[in-house]
Amino acid sequence: MWAFIHKLGSPKWFYTISAKLQPWFWAAAVLLLVVGSLWGLAFAPADYQQGNSFRIIYVHVPAAFLAQSIFISMAVSGLVFMVWKIKVADMAAAVMAPLGAAMTFVALFSGAVWGVPTWGTWWMWDARLTSMLILLFLYLGVIALRGAFTSRDSASRAASVLAMVGVINIPIIKYSVDWWYTLHQPASFTLTSRPAMPTEMWLPLVIMVLGFYSFFIALTLMRTRSEILRREANKRWVQDLVKGQVEETR
Amino acid sequence: MSLCLQARQLACERDDRWLFQGLDLDIRSGEIVRIEGPNGSGKTSLLKILSGQLSDYQGELFWNGAAMNDAREHFLANLLYLGHAPGIKSGLSPLENLAWYQALSGESNEESSGANGHEEQRLDALERVGLAGFEDVPAGQLSAGQQRRVALARLTLTPRALWVLDEPFTAIDRHGVADLERQLVAHAQSGGCVLVTTHHELTASPLLRRIALG
Amino acid sequence: MIAVKATLVRDLTLLLRRRGEVLNPLVFFALVITLFPIAISPDPELLAVIAPGLLWVAALLAALLSLDSLFRSDYDDGSLEQLLLAPQPLAALSLAKVAVHWLLTGLPLALMAPVLGIMLALPAGSYAILALSLALGTASLSLIGAIGAALTVGLARGGVLLSLLVLPLYIPVLIFGAGAVQAAILGDGVAAHLAILGALLAASLMLAPWAIAASLRISING
Repeated sequence: MWAFIHKLGSPKWFYTISAKLQPWFWAAAVLLLVVGSLWGLAFAPADYQQGNSFRIIYVHVPAAFLAQSIFISMAVSGLVFMVWKIKVADMAAAVMAPLGAAMTFVALFSGAVWGVPTWGTWWMWDARLTSMLILLFLYLGVIALRGAFTSRDSASRAASVLAMVGVINIPIIKYSVDWWYTLHQPASFTLTSRPAMPTEMWLPLVIMVLGFYSFFIALTLMRTRSEILRREANKRWVQDLVKGQVEETR
Repeated sequence: MSLCLQARQLACERDDRWLFQGLDLDIRSGEIVRIEGPNGSGKTSLLKILSGQLSDYQGELFWNGAAMNDAREHFLANLLYLGHAPGIKSGLSPLENLAWYQALSGESNEESSGANGHEEQRLDALERVGLAGFEDVPAGQLSAGQQRRVALARLTLTPRALWVLDEPFTAIDRHGVADLERQLVAHAQSGGCVLVTTHHELTASPLLRRIALG
Repeated sequence: MIAVKATLVRDLTLLLRRRGEVLNPLVFFALVITLFPIAISPDPELLAVIAPGLLWVAALLAALLSLDSLFRSDYDDGSLEQLLLAPQPLAALSLAKVAVHWLLTGLPLALMAPVLGIMLALPAGSYAILALSLALGTASLSLIGAIGAALTVGLARGGVLLSLLVLPLYIPVLIFGAGAVQAAILGDGVAAHLAILGALLAASLMLAPWAIAASLRISING
């Protein structure tokens, strides 16, 4: 077990194994996203109340799922980095943060666009949207903290601690925002909590969610790989690798 | 009691640059070990690692034969570290500063020696570093050298076996330097050990050992 | 225990000798509260509606204002290193520092809030709850904020970043704190709000000291 964890922690090992995994996740992501979008946008029936505008759900919900999942994976990576001093975990956490922030933004933006036909306004202090907005601030905090340190080692540790503190707070924030919302605006019409969605509507949604996750994994693998090369640029194995590739192209 | 701080294959990498690698160290009772090296060679980092502040290193540390992680509490109870900054609060008088350090070092035997006993010790320690008459002046009004002397008073105030001193001679006049040097030698002779970095040339002594970095 | 007490006494002495620093957040609190009637409307009926939220937001910002200096001077003069090397649990020592911050910031803010409540025409019957919710809430704020202060103490310009890190984490406390005052005005559900504020404080008391200690160890490495 220990040997395995530390083997996993070696950037070189991760670099080799991720090269094999990466194409599969890219393929899955493209396939699922194409099928899901076509099905969801063209073939799924329109909503009896919202009409075609409900189709934003196929972007909004997966993005919102991912926004939260990425924060959790970031915190878990931070924990792994702090406890076992595995640098790859920190590199992954570093590349996840901007992606998570982008997903949060997509969820917020699609929510706002969706708000126009449903509420007649771009923004409502809806419980979900408010939690999303706070999540975006948490992401920005982690990114800003990482950028503020001159020493990368300290930056990694600080960002890890903040991600862990944040992840403990996310459920508390969610719970309190829900409480606040029900207190101030007795449940009117929320975007996504629809009773009994028919199968032909939610099945494409599941496919889209899976597609988004595959995309996230593929992109994280790819970006972690380039982060490895960047940080290990003066290591022997990277220099050998580059030399080999240069000779190949000659 | 003989003490021993050991480092095996110590290496420290700060942001892709190796400060030192494969360093083996044995620091024992009765020694003054001076870490030497040009600026930026990692002297302060090494002292921070050896005093248990930096956990960002490779290799192993042992205190009296036990791994540092297991022996940390005992190690800290025997350590006195003086860093670059003297650690003196300018809003407090030298006496108050020392009182905090005394409490921080975990001397809870108020009953045995009495609160007055502690006060006596603090006055004595200040007198030894030549600050008699400055006991109640806010430290902010003291000169840099005098503030450094307040910090050095801790050497007599809290008896600790292992002294880790980062540039202790900074800002001190010639007289004070000679005093401090004598104090280091006396500490080593009585079975303590001293780990020191300084740009000041220490007088040769059979107890003195040099370790070069960089 | 002696060390914790000595740290408490030391920080109290230090701050009480520089009274300005203790008074600044209070003056800031009063000033911000003065801005609202000027910017919005002096109409007491309107002010009464928004008073609980205004008082809470302004108190929260005032408490945030003094956070940056929590570990700053210790970091600058080197006593933070000594704190880390004390043969005492760092979490307990940092808890003492946070306690001083609350005693000299949160508690005075809570005591002062009812006076500003009068100026905002806060409905009668909610004054005690306002002070109580602030006293409870600012304790959590000090604890959570100290994590941010510890993370940013090594940075030259950590002040704005500190607010960015800490404010999102303050939202639950704000919701239940302002909610308690509002509940007191409506005459319903005060106990639940206060209980949750208490629970938040208990959770922060358990978890925050460890996070503060870990963050201080990171910051001291530069």
